[in-house]
Amino acid sequence: MKALRTFRFWGLAPAWLLMGLTLIIPIGIVAGVSLGDRGPYGGFDWALNFTSYREILFTMGWTDELEFDPKYLMIIGRTLAYGLATTAICMALSVPVAYVIANAREGWKPVLVYLVTLPFWVSMIVRVYAWLIILGNEGLAEKTWKFFGGGDVDTFLFTPGAMLVGMVYSYIPLMVLPVYAAIEKLDPALLEASHDLYGNRWTTLRRVILPLTWPGLSAGAILVFVPAIGTVLEPMLLGGGKQMMMGTLIQTQFGGGRNWPFGAAVAMVLMALVVIVLILNARRAAGAAKEAAA
Amino acid sequence: MSDHAHDIRRYPGARALTVVFFLWLYLPIAVVIAFSFNQNRLVSVWTGFSTEWYAAALANAALMDALKVSLTVAVIATTGATAIALMAAMVLSRAPRKGAYRLSEVVVNLPLMLPEIVVAVAVLILFSQLGLANGMLKLTLAHMAFCTPFAFLPIRARLQGMSRDFEEAAQDLYAPPLTAFRRVTLPLIAPGVFAGAMLAFVMSMDDFITSNMLNSGGTTTLPVYIFALIKRGTTPELNAISTLLILASLVIATIALLASARAMRRDL
Repeated sequence: MKALRTFRFWGLAPAWLLMGLTLIIPIGIVAGVSLGDRGPYGGFDWALNFTSYREILFTMGWTDELEFDPKYLMIIGRTLAYGLATTAICMALSVPVAYVIANAREGWKPVLVYLVTLPFWVSMIVRVYAWLIILGNEGLAEKTWKFFGGGDVDTFLFTPGAMLVGMVYSYIPLMVLPVYAAIEKLDPALLEASHDLYGNRWTTLRRVILPLTWPGLSAGAILVFVPAIGTVLEPMLLGGGKQMMMGTLIQTQFGGGRNWPFGAAVAMVLMALVVIVLILNARRAAGAAKEAAA
Repeated sequence: MSDHAHDIRRYPGARALTVVFFLWLYLPIAVVIAFSFNQNRLVSVWTGFSTEWYAAALANAALMDALKVSLTVAVIATTGATAIALMAAMVLSRAPRKGAYRLSEVVVNLPLMLPEIVVAVAVLILFSQLGLANGMLKLTLAHMAFCTPFAFLPIRARLQGMSRDFEEAAQDLYAPPLTAFRRVTLPLIAPGVFAGAMLAFVMSMDDFITSNMLNSGGTTTLPVYIFALIKRGTTPELNAISTLLILASLVIATIALLASARAMRRDL
């Protein structure tokens, strides 16, 4: 018994050491830095104040009084809006796609699943760059638009549409796979039962398929939403700096802008948002498990 | 064929939408590859077929340096991550799923749950506090951390689906634990270990956010170099470089996915 415990301890020790050193301790330090003072040339000085968090909401006016300034609040709002929109579009697209894959011939299913996964392994920078060429000046998007008689366009780049195309493209495999797993398990007898009870296709979709696919959809929503609100490349390249998001705001604080405590404070807010989503999801999953057991 | 219209399992338009979806999924990759063979300096104006941009890319010393950094970091990070993930998976697949073991499982998968930009910033601050100057060491440690769950999940899945009979038989025949692991368990889970290592390697090669945050002189990885080129303007040479990276990612990911599919299928 003692040998087993020693084995288990030393088996897990390297993983704890690595994650402790590169994740757990550093995030604790970020929390500390967010309470510190800004250093004169980047960096920071240890302190204990909430100046950096206050900076998210207020700016110091000329006469040293605090003025409410929504510019960072708008960035947080935009981040959440893009995250939610990306998640919603991924959900809407993945239901029909996953349904068709699940009803494909047996031999085709793994091939189609593989084709959904494959682009996900291509480097993020290359995927975003590809959309930059397609949406850029004289790119494929503009040529297609003009071919179909569209009027003059300035550019497709640097628009919310460009951002959403890039973000949905980046994260959709994370939605299709869990939704497919849920639809695949669907009992065809339930669809026939719905039909026998005079439910048409759309009633069946709404009352049978969607409720039974919900676990897959909600799992996919978490998988898409969490990386989407931390995204950096799409706002930098497809948003062209006009569409600042929390990820890019954090990034600039450690590069050109150089206000480490402020960057750390924004990073803590981003992490808090993610943790809230994960906790809500865990509670929902626990509730669903209880319901299934009852 | 005629009963298709009455088949309740068919939704009009779903098939067409799925076809469009797949075209859209592969359109960007196809565009980059196609324009990498464009003779014209301008990315979007096609004037003729040429492979000159590949020659230019391969003669680019800065690119080769970036590739060398990426490969070095990826190989070391993958080796470390796979070893750590294998050890953790051996314990966690046999331990009760509660208490400290459950927490350990969360810790191993932690990089998947946190936004990468937050982790990148955290590592940057930690290393600056420690005064760690070796850029390659910093990069390798950070990569090892986010690669670990990608190595862990296939190994863990393989161990989960495997019967313990062979290992117990080895132990009954007085094989010391290490011998039983080396001669019996490891060969059986090899496809899972291989798939995990390959996925970890691809994740490390493709990473941008962490590598960019930790970028300093001499540690520019391939994706960070590509980003710098994009900022300077799109060129066909950039397309050639991207195409090579796309092909490398697709080939390695395909091998990994095939290996893990085989690992799941073989009955034990």
